[in-house]
Amino acid sequence: MTSQIINRWYLVHKWTSLICTMFLLLLCVTGLPLIFYHEIDHLIGNTVEAPELPGVTARANLDMIVDAARSRRPNEVVQFLASDADDPHVWWVSFGETATAEDVSTSSMFDARTGDFLHDYPIDQGVMPILWRLHVDMFAGLPGSLFLGAMGLVFLVTIISGIVLYAPFMRKLPFGSVRWERSLRTQWLDLHNLLGIATVMWALVVGGTGAINTLATPIFQQWQSTELAEMIAANQGQLSGATQGSVAQVVQAVQEMEPDWELSFLVFPGNQFAGPQHYTAFIRGKTPLTSKLLKPMLIHVQTGQVVDSRDLPWYVTVLLLSQPLHFGDYGGLPLKLIWALLDIFTIIVLGSGLYLWMRKSSGSIEDQVLVGMEVEKSFVHSTSSQKSSL
Amino acid sequence: MNHALSGRQIWFMPVVLLLLSAIGLLSALLGDVWWDILSWGTLGYTVVMILWYVLIPS
Repeated sequence: MTSQIINRWYLVHKWTSLICTMFLLLLCVTGLPLIFYHEIDHLIGNTVEAPELPGVTARANLDMIVDAARSRRPNEVVQFLASDADDPHVWWVSFGETATAEDVSTSSMFDARTGDFLHDYPIDQGVMPILWRLHVDMFAGLPGSLFLGAMGLVFLVTIISGIVLYAPFMRKLPFGSVRWERSLRTQWLDLHNLLGIATVMWALVVGGTGAINTLATPIFQQWQSTELAEMIAANQGQLSGATQGSVAQVVQAVQEMEPDWELSFLVFPGNQFAGPQHYTAFIRGKTPLTSKLLKPMLIHVQTGQVVDSRDLPWYVTVLLLSQPLHFGDYGGLPLKLIWALLDIFTIIVLGSGLYLWMRKSSGSIEDQVLVGMEVEKSFVHSTSSQKSSL
Repeated sequence: MNHALSGRQIWFMPVVLLLLSAIGLLSALLGDVWWDILSWGTLGYTVVMILWYVLIPS
């Protein structure tokens, strides 16, 4: 690598960092508690656990649960019935102000064995939803989300340029060197290089999948307005009278058709994901990998029969698989703790990078690169002339 | 230390940690129990290595 090329990569590293560092710091700091969203919810009582009922294997009738939910919320409309990936003993019934409302107004938890009402999830309360919005779109909706996605892409360029610059800086230093006896700036430079290169794979994956996640809303809209809308339109017919099929029958029909999959959530008629005459069941697989995926099945509202199903489009598959890789929620609490530590290391890399840039006057990074380049030149010279010039 | 390191010397540990991290990131997605443990071990190794080099001066 010539000195000119190193200098160019250094400029790429400097300018991409200057663009994205403050936003990445926001993302890493808000993301830290969000890793433990589920645990924090549980700790502060936002969610409860279904009671222990030893020996009880029976399942309550789903129509009773949905009816009970409706009678508790007569002014709201049931939009979704969802299973809980972490607890097979509960069902969640979600309401909207209307059948097509975009926001969920209430989410109620029911015991899947007894049919008892257990808990209403407090929506939009406390500090966690604020951190979540800051992390997802900075309270700026889709434009905010897409902007953070762009920052994520800039961050990827920062990381790649950092990898390129690693070798010139480490020409004389064994891996992991932290020169504590040298100036504060050198100490932070060494920490920056060590933490940066050691976390590089994780940062690339979490940064890249984070950028993909910022497209979640457009991706689901695209899926809804094309493939799902076509599936719904292709099966539209005349309803005979006003009779409604039972939810229990719908779920049973889905399970009989796809025994290796299970219901993730059921969208009720009227919602844009189901249309006026059908339920749409989104089912997930039972293996660790396929449990992250979804498959839509259309069920006629009156007959309770599955009338159509579609495979997942590639772009939704990419989104659904990028979610766990961003959240770190797919390997139990130990993985979440590792995720948190790697996040803290990334905060240190970002902070030390900022510090190194601000303290450039006393022994600038340019000088550091020059030192690296001198070593580079002499190294190239020594190997080409077969004698040491050091 | 004044002599220049070879590319292999510079990149050996970074590449080891990168590959272990990649295995760790994927394994928990592909399976449960042993796959999760493999994930904790490989990603955890990266974390332990960092703490080792930062906290224990050579």
